[in-house]
Amino acid sequence: MIEREVTIINRSGLHTRPAATLVKTAAKFKSDFFINKDGMEINGKSIIGVMTLAAEQGAKLTLRFLGPDEEEAARCVIDLIERGFDE
Amino acid sequence: MTGTTAVKREIVLKGIPASPGIAIGSTYLFIKDVPVVEERSVSGNETEGEKVRLNHAIEKSKRELNKILLFAQEKIGEAKAKILEAQIMVLDDQVLLDAIRGRIEKECKNAEYVVNDEIGKYAALMLKAQDEYMHERAHDMDDLRHRIIRNMLQERLISKLEGSMIIIAHTLTPADTMILSRNHVLAYATDLGGITSHAALFSRSLKIPAVVGLGDISRQVNSGDIVILDGYAGHVIVNPAPEHVRDYEQKQSRMHAFEQKLTSLKDLSAETKDGHRIELSANIELADELDYVVVQGSQGVGLYRTESLLLDRDDFPSEEEQYLEYKKIVERIYPNRVIMRTFDIGGDKVAPTMAEEPNPFLGWRGIRVGLDRPELLLNQLRAMLRASTRKNLCIMFPMVTTIEEVRKAKGYVRMAKADLRARGIKYYERMPVGVMIEVPAAALMVSQIAAEVDFLSIGSNDLTQYILAVDRGNPLVAKLYREFDPSVLVTIKHIINGGHKQGIWVGICGEMAGYPLATPLLVGLGMDELSVVPAILPEIKKIIRSLDYSEMQTLATRALASTTSGEVEQLMKRFFKKNLPDIPINAD
Repeated sequence: MIEREVTIINRSGLHTRPAATLVKTAAKFKSDFFINKDGMEINGKSIIGVMTLAAEQGAKLTLRFLGPDEEEAARCVIDLIERGFDE
Repeated sequence: MTGTTAVKREIVLKGIPASPGIAIGSTYLFIKDVPVVEERSVSGNETEGEKVRLNHAIEKSKRELNKILLFAQEKIGEAKAKILEAQIMVLDDQVLLDAIRGRIEKECKNAEYVVNDEIGKYAALMLKAQDEYMHERAHDMDDLRHRIIRNMLQERLISKLEGSMIIIAHTLTPADTMILSRNHVLAYATDLGGITSHAALFSRSLKIPAVVGLGDISRQVNSGDIVILDGYAGHVIVNPAPEHVRDYEQKQSRMHAFEQKLTSLKDLSAETKDGHRIELSANIELADELDYVVVQGSQGVGLYRTESLLLDRDDFPSEEEQYLEYKKIVERIYPNRVIMRTFDIGGDKVAPTMAEEPNPFLGWRGIRVGLDRPELLLNQLRAMLRASTRKNLCIMFPMVTTIEEVRKAKGYVRMAKADLRARGIKYYERMPVGVMIEVPAAALMVSQIAAEVDFLSIGSNDLTQYILAVDRGNPLVAKLYREFDPSVLVTIKHIINGGHKQGIWVGICGEMAGYPLATPLLVGLGMDELSVVPAILPEIKKIIRSLDYSEMQTLATRALASTTSGEVEQLMKRFFKKNLPDIPINAD
């Protein structure tokens, strides 16, 4: 299992469109992916879940990846968040 | 009574008679605006069926949202379009759907209960966020949840309606009426609505008795109650006494006999005593009505409302699908004529909540939509042209305002022809093209418009509304809606003159055409064609056959010289009393 903390840097936060990109990226991998914010944990492959997090710019998230391709999954997802979803 | 069972009290409710006929039967209360979600336990082997229902509802919801998006993307604004996109993405959320399916199986609950609970959980969490944006998203999720549940309940409703029922509802949308009509509905009664509401028009054309504007019948009646519905008088009697049931059964057979007598006119033409011939045709919404139209002795179809093709489905019909439907109609009516009107829709018909317009009657509707959505218009024009080879099909454009619109629309007809030529498909090159005259601007400029088209058809409902600045659906001003207002009559005369000056025929396909009291007047004004709801057609034919054209011209001249609608109405009522005492007009 890989666990990493990230900060949301893009201006609009995890609103609909970035949420959709995040889910699509995570869906490419076999590994399970969970996001925890302030104690609320959701499945990172679920758009309704990611939207529910209401993660604004500056929000701190704990990401967990678990599965055969967890390393690559973590790299891609974290890279996307750190790039600010190419906004 | 000696027994202990309480007899249900008889209640008489009065509304507006929307479609004639008498029905006696058991009711079904149709509730849909706020879906009531019941929690039911299902057995282990029923869970598969629940999952199938869920899948159907998800797919249907997806198609509905995609249709709204395709149709109205830039009309509803980017923000609302994004909301739709988000809702569509949630419908593809496999994690969510797996969770719902898993719960149906594990908890053995019905699908709508689990959908409601599962999506509701997320919506509740979103509402907790201290953020306006998240509150809006919570509402979106509620909308989505309701849509899915509505679609599941609708599927269930259709299967429930296998008997003959009297439908009681708060209000019925055109789409509801379409769905319900498939299931041997005996009659409709609604709390809201006026005589010209779509549901009323529709029930008249399918000859389903209806009473609307009953106030609160949906709260006074429970599913299964026995009612008598009198579509002539506009009464609904709930839990009727046995003697009332007997009375109405007698009235039912009396009216049936009268209608039978009228059908003897079936093969006769609509010609006045002095040999002036009127084209008397029918308004239809569906190919299903054609047999009835023929039985009623119609000379053709004066208005086929093609938008009914859109109402009971979630996407747009393809050119091929439309062609097959149009072909069916022209073949059935051949050698008589069929006038097909291109989709007359507004944002409200396709996306009721997404494309809210402050003033829809002055908004995006009729040909305006077609010209803004050329791909949809061209698709339809190609389908119509392909169906035109029997040379009995005419195309008509709705709600034209300016001559530029007429020219643009005709430009699309040329483009559609060019497409077909390129594909090597046959069509009728000289297929007539006409327009509806229902906007005062078009009425004023009628001579110029008439010079560019093959016929004109007056949409008297909208024309009256626009001339008198009255929304007939607004109870505060509905009584000011008067087709006999001299301003309306003068306008109609102006339109007829304008058409005749250019050598083209002029018809009328609004409600007024099927209003017996107006028939002598319309004939006298020189109307060439009347297109009416099929149910009233024999009666109108009987009236025309009792008239003398030259006398009617004099009568029309007197009506045109009147100063109030009251004067015109009195004039007509006196005429009927004296000359046509056996015609049951809606006299007060």
